[in-house]
Amino acid sequence: MSTMAIDKGAPTRKVKYGSMSRDRAWALRWSYFFLTLFAIFSLVPPIYMIITSLKSSAEISAATNPWWVFHPTLSNYIELLTSNQFLTFFRNSAVVSIFVVTITMLISVPAAFALARMRFWGSATLATGVFLTYLIPDSLLFIPLFKMFAVIGDWTGIQLINKWYVLLFIYPTLTVPFCTWIMIGYFASIPKELDEAAIIDGASWFQTLTRIFIPVALPGLIAATIFAFTVSWAQFLYPLVFTTSADQLVLPVGIITTLIKGDVFNWGQIMTGALLGAAPPLIIYAFLMDYYIAGLTAGATKG
Amino acid sequence: MAEVMLRKVVKRYDDVEAVRGIDLDIADHEFVVLVGPSGCGKSTTLRMIAGLEDITDGDIMIGGDIVNDVPPKDRDIAMVFQNYALYPHMTVAENMSFGLRLKRYPKAEIKARIDEAARMLDIVELVDRKPKQLSGGQRQRVAMGRAIVRNPKVFLFDEPLSNLDAKLRVQMRIEIKKVHQKVRTTTVYVTHDQVEAMTLADRVVVMNNGRIEQIGTPNDLYHHPATRFVAAFIGSPAMNFLPCRFEEVAGRLHVRLTDRIAFPLPPGRAERYRDVGRSEKLLLGLRPEHITEANAHPELGIEAFDAVLDVTEPMGMETLIYFTLEGTQVCGRVNPNAGARDGGALRLAVDLNNMHLLNEVTGAVI
Repeated sequence: MSTMAIDKGAPTRKVKYGSMSRDRAWALRWSYFFLTLFAIFSLVPPIYMIITSLKSSAEISAATNPWWVFHPTLSNYIELLTSNQFLTFFRNSAVVSIFVVTITMLISVPAAFALARMRFWGSATLATGVFLTYLIPDSLLFIPLFKMFAVIGDWTGIQLINKWYVLLFIYPTLTVPFCTWIMIGYFASIPKELDEAAIIDGASWFQTLTRIFIPVALPGLIAATIFAFTVSWAQFLYPLVFTTSADQLVLPVGIITTLIKGDVFNWGQIMTGALLGAAPPLIIYAFLMDYYIAGLTAGATKG
Repeated sequence: MAEVMLRKVVKRYDDVEAVRGIDLDIADHEFVVLVGPSGCGKSTTLRMIAGLEDITDGDIMIGGDIVNDVPPKDRDIAMVFQNYALYPHMTVAENMSFGLRLKRYPKAEIKARIDEAARMLDIVELVDRKPKQLSGGQRQRVAMGRAIVRNPKVFLFDEPLSNLDAKLRVQMRIEIKKVHQKVRTTTVYVTHDQVEAMTLADRVVVMNNGRIEQIGTPNDLYHHPATRFVAAFIGSPAMNFLPCRFEEVAGRLHVRLTDRIAFPLPPGRAERYRDVGRSEKLLLGLRPEHITEANAHPELGIEAFDAVLDVTEPMGMETLIYFTLEGTQVCGRVNPNAGARDGGALRLAVDLNNMHLLNEVTGAVI
């Protein structure tokens, strides 16, 4: 009863129903504004590439509206896709990337598991060390690396420079630290009791990794795979330095070195090559995005 | 099936001693509960038995063999974790059979064991589900099923019911007891909940500060606590501790609580406490059920006094009353019809036949 009396005396405040959703609406408006801005910013270059790739050389150099195709042609595409050289670049890129992704995963997944779960002397320092190596830019690293491979060539007679497979040694220096770091994060988020349960169930460390950790951390694994693939597919500096013969080149370097002849830029084909080169990562993203987002750890423990 | 023995087991982390040399014998088929406040070393002890923690010193024996350096998988134990620790990517059946599949049991045998455990735990219709499709109680059943199908020498439970709501906890408590009655596997169960400890255990081990305070049957601990810690920890609401001293009045030994309140001890108690120093600082330990409303027929050892109640808590079958005596809050239990109300006066009686006497300084029960 007494509470009623107090309520009567208190100043009445008009409750604004829906004020929450109004806040939300404003937040959404701002989000859409900036998202649109960002989408335009990042989509204009590829759109320009598509437009240019559909033009003939004559139309590109003609003084017409650069944002419109008046005489669309697929000649650039046909020329590139029937050119043995371009297909060699493509094949080199694919082979290098697939090998690099495999090598990276074979190294970084067990490494991350060891660093995240097998407490051993110096494991924390080592984990930080792995990350620090990633911070050294490749534009600094390629000089000593080049010297290293040259010296190895002199001493052993094994010439690695100007062979596509030299990239299999070099790319992992970029991918392994980062993928290990990602996987450490994912593995660390798996509850400790899960591996303890596995150990008590009789699983070895290796079985715990393959039968529990890898399936549970699959989204992380896929994220790391995508990263490794993107890095090795798009890498430019290392292949530019380490490979020179046309039959050893990967796509990004191949396009630049063969389609720019002196001061003649074959813009139509450059754009087409770049677009075709961008296709595989795009396809991979499209297929794996669902896995990437899906959280598999739900239900492991309470909650 | 096996007995578990701990001999002077010590666990030291850098400079913290989590377990300070405990001895414990657990008989075959026995259900032993380790109970104590958080940080008392009970979980560490369990994890050492499991082999998840190395022991710093001492010996652990399972089935007569010293297992100090035996890896968990070779100790033939099964463990149920507080947060269930189910493998999220496997179905219930796969979760339960994981250990058996690793040991390459024949398929038919695995299936038979899963069926049996699922029937025992009433989760037959859940075997094809994933953990995330299950409720908390169901997950806990699956975790128990995973332990049961292994048919191990020892079950280890690490606070298995702490994540469940109160009602489900009571239900699962009964389930666990039923399962133990059926499979009769030696069980070590860790909890901080003294009710769980009392209801489940054949014997309760009360731990505090890395040491064992007392080992005994639930009734033993309740009626004959060895230390103030055990007396205070076991029982809800907790035992009252009233500062007091002894004095002789007209040739009879009295326990004096305040200037106005002193009770004569019943003959048996007077005999037992004959040698207690008259100047010693003592604590009178009385459980709430031994502070009740006074009735018209005085009995030996039941002494009446008047109190003004601060608060009353009607529980239905009884009413808890709280009053203050010399600055100490005291809890009693009275009949709901005794006329107890907030701020009201009530004539109460203490049952000194069930009193405990403690040394205020050492905390030891005299």
